[in-house]
Amino acid sequence: MTTFVLIHSVLLAILIATAVAITRMRALYGATMLAALFSLVTACLFVLLDAVDVAFTEAAVGVGISTVLLLGGLALTRSREAVTPRRRRLPGAVVVLLTGGVLAYAALDLPEFGSADSPVQRHPITETYLHESQKDIGIPNTVTSVLASYRGLDTLGELVVVFTAGLAVLSLLGPLARPEQVRPPADFHLADYRVIRVVTGTLMPLILLFALYVLFHGDYGPGGGFQAGVIFASGFVLYGLVFGLDKAQQVVPRAALWLLISLGLLVYVGLGLTTMLLGGSFLDYDVLDPDHPASGQHLGILVVETAIGVTVASVMTAIFFSFAARGVSR
Amino acid sequence: MTQLPVLQVTIPLACAPLCVLVRSRTAAWLVFLAAALFSLTCAALLTEQVADDGPVRYRMGGWPVPAGIEFVVGDFSTPILLLVSLSAAAAAVYGHRSVAAEMDARRSTLLYACLCLTLAGLLGLTVTGDVFNAFVFLEISSLATYTLIAMGRRRRALLAAFRYLVIGSVGAVFVLIGIGLAYAVTGTLNMADLAQRLSDSGGNRAVQAAVVFVFVGLAIKMALFPLHAWLPAAYAEAPSVVSTFIAAASTKVAIYVLCRFAFTVFGASLVFHSMPGDRIGLLLAAVAMLVASAAACLQNDLRYLLAWSSIAQIGYIMAGVALATTAGLSAAYLHIMAHAVTKAALFGTAGLLLIRLGSVQLSALAGIGRRMPWTFAAFVVAGLGLIGVPPTAGFVSKWALVAALVERDQWLVLGALLASSLLAVFYVGRVVEIAWFREPPEGAEPVRPATSMVAAVWFLALLSLYFGIDPTLPDRLADAAASALLGTGGG
Repeated sequence: MTTFVLIHSVLLAILIATAVAITRMRALYGATMLAALFSLVTACLFVLLDAVDVAFTEAAVGVGISTVLLLGGLALTRSREAVTPRRRRLPGAVVVLLTGGVLAYAALDLPEFGSADSPVQRHPITETYLHESQKDIGIPNTVTSVLASYRGLDTLGELVVVFTAGLAVLSLLGPLARPEQVRPPADFHLADYRVIRVVTGTLMPLILLFALYVLFHGDYGPGGGFQAGVIFASGFVLYGLVFGLDKAQQVVPRAALWLLISLGLLVYVGLGLTTMLLGGSFLDYDVLDPDHPASGQHLGILVVETAIGVTVASVMTAIFFSFAARGVSR
Repeated sequence: MTQLPVLQVTIPLACAPLCVLVRSRTAAWLVFLAAALFSLTCAALLTEQVADDGPVRYRMGGWPVPAGIEFVVGDFSTPILLLVSLSAAAAAVYGHRSVAAEMDARRSTLLYACLCLTLAGLLGLTVTGDVFNAFVFLEISSLATYTLIAMGRRRRALLAAFRYLVIGSVGAVFVLIGIGLAYAVTGTLNMADLAQRLSDSGGNRAVQAAVVFVFVGLAIKMALFPLHAWLPAAYAEAPSVVSTFIAAASTKVAIYVLCRFAFTVFGASLVFHSMPGDRIGLLLAAVAMLVASAAACLQNDLRYLLAWSSIAQIGYIMAGVALATTAGLSAAYLHIMAHAVTKAALFGTAGLLLIRLGSVQLSALAGIGRRMPWTFAAFVVAGLGLIGVPPTAGFVSKWALVAALVERDQWLVLGALLASSLLAVFYVGRVVEIAWFREPPEGAEPVRPATSMVAAVWFLALLSLYFGIDPTLPDRLADAAASALLGTGGG
């Protein structure tokens, strides 16, 4: 127990130090790197809390793709933060202190950390999720059961959030926004370096294969559509970084991305409507295979995870392309 | 029929990717129109069903509650469902020509997709019976709204959207923290289950903090003074169809969610008796009425003026909610409906004037009332509703609010309400004076405004008149909503 607490304390200390460093830093490239570190430490904390799926997502999104996107954003603007006058920082500081104060006040009455007797542990749904799901859904990873079946509507909602974010970036930064402002083709490529070219070529199939593994292994271990989509996208991002945007867009044309972004979401909603047509309620996968509800659940979860993977991967790739294709205006 | 609650939300949701796929402006518009009309039909059917048989519950995925998510349509949600889908339908009719005048074809499809998402998000917020699910729908509607605002004509729209994005995200995170605290104390996310488990936890400091976080977060989303900073620019810089829709619907839904949390999750006794929710609410409401109405008088741009007036109207509604009486809540619901119709008509008119004049600076409006008599007449009718002159819906709701305030001896708030109404006379009167009594500039070419847009605006203005003359329907809905909120322990 003491080691556990010790590791936690150290990680939290690193987390706080990183956060303070980010706020004090003016050079935004450095701050972006520290933000990635922040995510990495958070992911470690999630692992310690046995929330491996969450840790996986945090690592893939926070450390991976969002760092790349932040760097892409910085490449388009200035990379040094303007100094806010001290007077204007005061209200922010007051709000932060107040928020922290209320959180500390709340902590006084929260259940003890790690207690087996907390309301969350005692509530009957914990029993449902941990034990009855094995009978009703029959997949070992209960996180996936909760995410894709019990609370499938929330997951649909999260996918819609990703979809909306994609639309936002495409409408504001994409070629639709300012067609005249397109970056001219670069006169040098990272692909001119042999080591980078060869390593990328070797890694690409492995990354895509790993993404598929994460997608289909979500039933049994940590993983699922969100993580797989991000890993898939990071493969394309790597390809685009090394071989240039034109080559990358030959591999995944823009029109295909538009189609895939919408398609994933349509499949998810369509599955829900299908289960309704088959006589169940929205996202009731039991009706997909009336004789064996568990295998119906299996099928439904697989379709959902795939739909998530398709939309997430194409949104992330499209966002990266939008950043990368934009001309620089400093 | 049993599937109505979920169809209400998922069909507009499914229409969003369709809008992206169809690639033609008219087709995307048709998809949005269909989504809005479909949700309006669902809302009407649900209203009837709830009035006859009581609350409708729908279990997602067939899972028993609280393991799964449920949708709950009760008397408290049907007025909001009707309002959101009606304003979406009006915005759809209005939007076809408005968007064509303001934006290129390919981006318009994205605009319609985001309108579908906003509609689905707001409807989802209204029907959900699960607090985390509510957060998800809040995120969907907010994110889509930020995008819509950023599509405005001027570059300032980007700044307005960015400000709203930053402030709104802080609000959303606050709501999430509050939900998280409530979950840690109870172990559940279902609203009815939460209400039951929270009923005897008045002294728990984590629950008190949860109340604070949820309410501050929602106060940001509903632009309650002093957390209103994002609203004026956001409404004024958005494309006309967007400001018409969100001015009618989005802050109202945030108020509804606040009511839902206050009365059917945390419980009125905790929020309004153990904690000073009523006093803080009334104080902020009174200040909002005065400050925002005064600010509206100082604006030189019609859309900024209307946006500031919206903040004052939020104050009226908040006053009704904070009274926490049947009369107060009923008045709040009435004012939500009245103001939605009125403000949508006003922003719609502003959009028409914008197409005609290229600017809605008050100085540019000189004499426009004589050149566009029909359009401007709609503005006057809706403006009277804003002030609260009989026979408009605004009068009915303000009268109900006055009665509710008198019932609880809230004379100071009543004074603020009357002062704010006088200020409204001033700012609406100023626009009317400029538009009717100043000489129009020479040589301006008359442009015929699009019939569909004028029709949508007049429909809303006449609706405001109709509810002022025969308020049976809104009265019945508002009374049922108020007693449902106060009567049930859990929703």
